[in-house]
Amino acid sequence: MRGKAVIAGVGHTAYGKHPGRDRVSLIVEACRNALADAGIDKQMVDGVLVKMANAEPTILYGQKVAEALGLRPRVGCALDQGGAANIALISYAAMAIDAGLMNIAIVCYGDTPRTGSRAVYQRPRGDDAVYGWYSTAAGYAMVHQRYRREHKIADKAFGAVAVACRANGAQNSNAHLRQAITMEQYLESPFVVEPLRRDDCCLLSDGAAAVIVMSASRARELGLAHAVPILGFGQGQESWDVHLRPSMTSTAAAGSADTAFRMAGLRREDIGVAQLYDCFTVTPLLTLEDYGFCKPGQAGDFAVEGGIAFDGDLPINTSGGLLSETGTPGLQLVIEGVRQMRGNANLQVTNARHCIVSNQGGTMHTHATLILGRAA
Amino acid sequence: MSFPSPDITPISAPYWDALKAGRLLFQRCRQCNHCWLPAREACPQCLSADPVWDEASGRGVVVSWVVYHVAYNEAFKSRIPYDVTLVRLEEGPQLLTNVVDSEAGRRLEIGAPVRLKIEREGELALARFSLDAAHADSNNRNNNSRIAGATSV
Repeated sequence: MRGKAVIAGVGHTAYGKHPGRDRVSLIVEACRNALADAGIDKQMVDGVLVKMANAEPTILYGQKVAEALGLRPRVGCALDQGGAANIALISYAAMAIDAGLMNIAIVCYGDTPRTGSRAVYQRPRGDDAVYGWYSTAAGYAMVHQRYRREHKIADKAFGAVAVACRANGAQNSNAHLRQAITMEQYLESPFVVEPLRRDDCCLLSDGAAAVIVMSASRARELGLAHAVPILGFGQGQESWDVHLRPSMTSTAAAGSADTAFRMAGLRREDIGVAQLYDCFTVTPLLTLEDYGFCKPGQAGDFAVEGGIAFDGDLPINTSGGLLSETGTPGLQLVIEGVRQMRGNANLQVTNARHCIVSNQGGTMHTHATLILGRAA
Repeated sequence: MSFPSPDITPISAPYWDALKAGRLLFQRCRQCNHCWLPAREACPQCLSADPVWDEASGRGVVVSWVVYHVAYNEAFKSRIPYDVTLVRLEEGPQLLTNVVDSEAGRRLEIGAPVRLKIEREGELALARFSLDAAHADSNNRNNNSRIAGATSV
């Protein structure tokens, strides 16, 4: 599949608060912007692939979005994998286009946890709620604790992720949180579910994002100058809930990345910039290890020594990530990857020829990887 | 919000009933001997629907833990800061619990031995644990780099 499909357009809403607006309306706005960015008419779109909403999932949700877009697509669906669904849908779109099921797909997501209901992130976790086991954060706190103890990771390593992402987001005019922090501020931020501090946790943001996928040959026919080639993708699933897992400190992200690198025919050192899912600061650290950029237990030192900063060896989350740009889960990382590969990112990494994007969902239950190349 | 209630089903009822009688049970597959919690109809290893309930010794070790500084349910507001701890039973299954004398997690470490201490919570009996000083010395704390636990034999 290397290079057969491209991302031809990207769009999003403002990130932050959208009081009174529903998620489908936000998705329509993001799709309108993505169509304008690609320079194509909506009637050319014959695939509508939607990431399931985290809160209040409903049946036939993909069709509800297609209706709002005024489309009768050949292929349409909503997929639930948590945050990994964005890249999973992009890869399914690429394959379905290659198989002739459709020509041009919109992959989109939107939600309103900021001004709407955030109950899903604070939910009781099954029968274990009797022990006080609540919230999305707690699962990551359990992983964070095990990782820092097993590998003797300093608190500053997690802080380095927050500092780097917030520094990048502070320079992004569309970021939900445009406020850089120092290591001292990070270390002083209050515990939520210890060892997670407030500044280890991503934002809850209203917003929507959309990307347009088509074949590379169609993009050439249409003369779309800034189409970004999809070079590789992969997935991996952990399945076991966090407390039942054989290991908490390595995940199926490793297999996801291996699949993507194999498809792309690339090595780790070919990657010049990375957009790593940063729902909590431990996530990009483990992803750096699972993806093979750092050895087990060494991502912390890499982060503390500046490796992930904008001027580091492998800059991550150059528009701020979930910690700063928007908590909207995952598609914005793909969009920033596209900007980097077009060469028009706000914080452009010079000479980066390939960008890797990680998505994950649940408590590292689901993993998906995307490798992008430079626009022609 | 009131104190949460588990969703007790015909599959899980023996687990909750046994706790009220002072015993912690786990499921073992009669075909492949895999042991697990929480209760389910079929063995997640060999898929046989032939589990039997075994009684746990009540001894286990700490795998990881968290400490809540916020309450997501009013019922836990008076308890913060409180720990939720992941314990691996010596028979293999893992479960989430509270370690009653952990002092909000400050006394916990990976591999610390713990012992079952069933406590009443309203109509429920819960499988809480306490630190097991008697077994602290015999415990091999270097042998915990991987979590063996519920997914291996």
